[in-house]
Amino acid sequence: MKNNRPLLLVLTVILLLALSAVAVDQAVKNLNLGLDLRGGVYILYQAEEAGDAAGGDKIDRAITIIRNRIDALGVANPVIQREGADRIRIDLPGIEDQRAAREVIGRTAMLSFVGPGGETILTGAELRNAGVTMDQFNRPAVSLEFNPDGRAKFAAATEQFLGQIIYIHLDEEVISAPTVESIITDGNAIITGAGTMDEAANLALMLRSGALPVRLIELETRGVGPQLGQDSMTRSVQAGIAGLLLVLLFMLVYYRGFGLVANVSLIVYLALVLGVLTAINATLTLFGIAGLILSVGMAVDANVIIFERIKEELKAGRTMRTSIEAGFQRAFRSILDSNVTTLIAAAVLFSFATGQVRGFAITLSIGILVSMATAILLTRFLLRQAARANLLRAPENTGLRGVSK
Amino acid sequence: MSFVALRKYAFIFSVVLIIVGMISMSINGLNYGIDFTGGTLLHLDIRQEFTLEEARDVLAPLGLEAATLQKVGAEGLAEGEKQELLIQTQQLTPAEQDEIFTAFQERYELTAADLLRVENVAAIVGGELQRQALIALLLAGLGMIAYITIRFEFRFAISAIAALIHDLLVMLAFFSIFQIEVNGPFIAAVLTVLGYSINDTIVIYDRVRENLKTRRKEALADVVDNSIRQSLIRTLNTSITTIIVITTILVFGGITLYPFMLALLVGVFFGTYSSIFIASPLWLAWRERDTRKQLRAKSA
Repeated sequence: MKNNRPLLLVLTVILLLALSAVAVDQAVKNLNLGLDLRGGVYILYQAEEAGDAAGGDKIDRAITIIRNRIDALGVANPVIQREGADRIRIDLPGIEDQRAAREVIGRTAMLSFVGPGGETILTGAELRNAGVTMDQFNRPAVSLEFNPDGRAKFAAATEQFLGQIIYIHLDEEVISAPTVESIITDGNAIITGAGTMDEAANLALMLRSGALPVRLIELETRGVGPQLGQDSMTRSVQAGIAGLLLVLLFMLVYYRGFGLVANVSLIVYLALVLGVLTAINATLTLFGIAGLILSVGMAVDANVIIFERIKEELKAGRTMRTSIEAGFQRAFRSILDSNVTTLIAAAVLFSFATGQVRGFAITLSIGILVSMATAILLTRFLLRQAARANLLRAPENTGLRGVSK
Repeated sequence: MSFVALRKYAFIFSVVLIIVGMISMSINGLNYGIDFTGGTLLHLDIRQEFTLEEARDVLAPLGLEAATLQKVGAEGLAEGEKQELLIQTQQLTPAEQDEIFTAFQERYELTAADLLRVENVAAIVGGELQRQALIALLLAGLGMIAYITIRFEFRFAISAIAALIHDLLVMLAFFSIFQIEVNGPFIAAVLTVLGYSINDTIVIYDRVRENLKTRRKEALADVVDNSIRQSLIRTLNTSITTIIVITTILVFGGITLYPFMLALLVGVFFGTYSSIFIASPLWLAWRERDTRKQLRAKSA
């Protein structure tokens, strides 16, 4: 029996490392990366309505319209979200040509019907739908359907401007200038002479998707070209891995056998954090990496606290196994209090901050919880097993200098 | 020499550092980036050698001679070898940004992919980031004071927070004196450093708390000094490993992470320092003062 222990421990460690490798591999393939790391465009819009801040379901309608446009652009995994009462946030990851992308979104302009004298008759807010149809001569035309408000306004306008031209503006640009041929009271109009079938379909699409009920003002735009994003990402990841390897080396040289245990713990910790981040579909940004670095530091710290406590117990002349138990007991409170204090700060940041700072709080919180779990459960398990297998003998195998019996 | 005996010098050192920082802040201020002030930043890959004078000539017809220009590129390149350009201006409309890129596109035959980065921030958003971070920090501070008061005592809580404020002021001093740009990543770095520093401090406090119970006969100053000493290897090892990671990313990581990592390096260094020389000695000074007061009250 006794001879099996070292083998069993080695097998357990190999299994843990293999599982970690699988988890890291999956995470690397599936983890969402923020725009700052992989390239893409982020835009924050302020929605305004005739100078005032807009709210209510107009924003939701605007979001639907923007989504249609972006879908037509063929961007994978776009995020279009309402932020606060009157803001819209758009994330377009991995866009190749950021200028073209911004232009398409910039085209989400305000639609208005303008009378011959330049007066606004109604806006896109009152247009319910637009589609392709055929006129009485079987030529392509565009059908318009107004909501009740728009119906009344349109009826009045067609009466007033019978025989004249009504201009349809997308922002300042005139996209169509049909002549009023009859008074329309039922809210259903058609624009004849819309050109070819394709041109009619295009106009209908512009009317439909351009019918933004609000004006959008760019508050914040961040576009990172894929080249820079990737370059920055590759270099940072390589540097991060190099840094981590140096830490593992440091732990091994300083704590030897104990360091080896800590390193297994740290690798499993990293795999777990990346796994959890992937599982909850989090997006890793620069701020997220900050949180990760801090939590790696705290994971190392937990192991160091434990080892230093065990070292003290050994110095006091206790056996390896009792020292491990006593050391853990003493280290536990220290780790708990220091981590909970940081966790409180992270939780506050999580609930009060938005956007990037929130990303920091998420990775930090997950990192702290996982680091406490791995340091307290896994490191202890591995140390106990190693001690039982007689693999840890102070001082030569433990690196616990200054310990002598 | 004990750590506690060194505290006077540490306090003087920190106070001088902070005062110098404050003087610098009032004279030079902070070099706020567009994340705070609002503005537009364009990062172009010129793909050939160029000079800033050339770039300024391209911008002149657009009325943007006053833009801040900077050559950037991989670490270790000489100024002349850097082929990327950073343009920073007041906030521009998307159309104006397009004009800039088109001008450079014509001058240097660029493609769409050579527009590496565009950042455009309205001033109002910058103010919000700052305010949000400040409110979150205040609330986090209150939360930490509550927890530390429950687990330790009020004097520990306030001393710990004082050490955090020290870290924050030292970071601001460093960034003001060297006029390094303060942008969104700086906020992330401050948050990280405060998280690191409080963690560091609490572990030493835990030792003080434990030794207060087990070594009742010792003088208070000795208890604190022993606690710092007993935690010292741990404090240093944790600090060393964290600094290893930060330095590696600082030196070899991409340009986007550089300002962030620099702030982290400064912060972690002083965060470690404050855990040893500020947090516990401050608690000790306070506790000793209270004890003296009690004694005087008794003898009176």
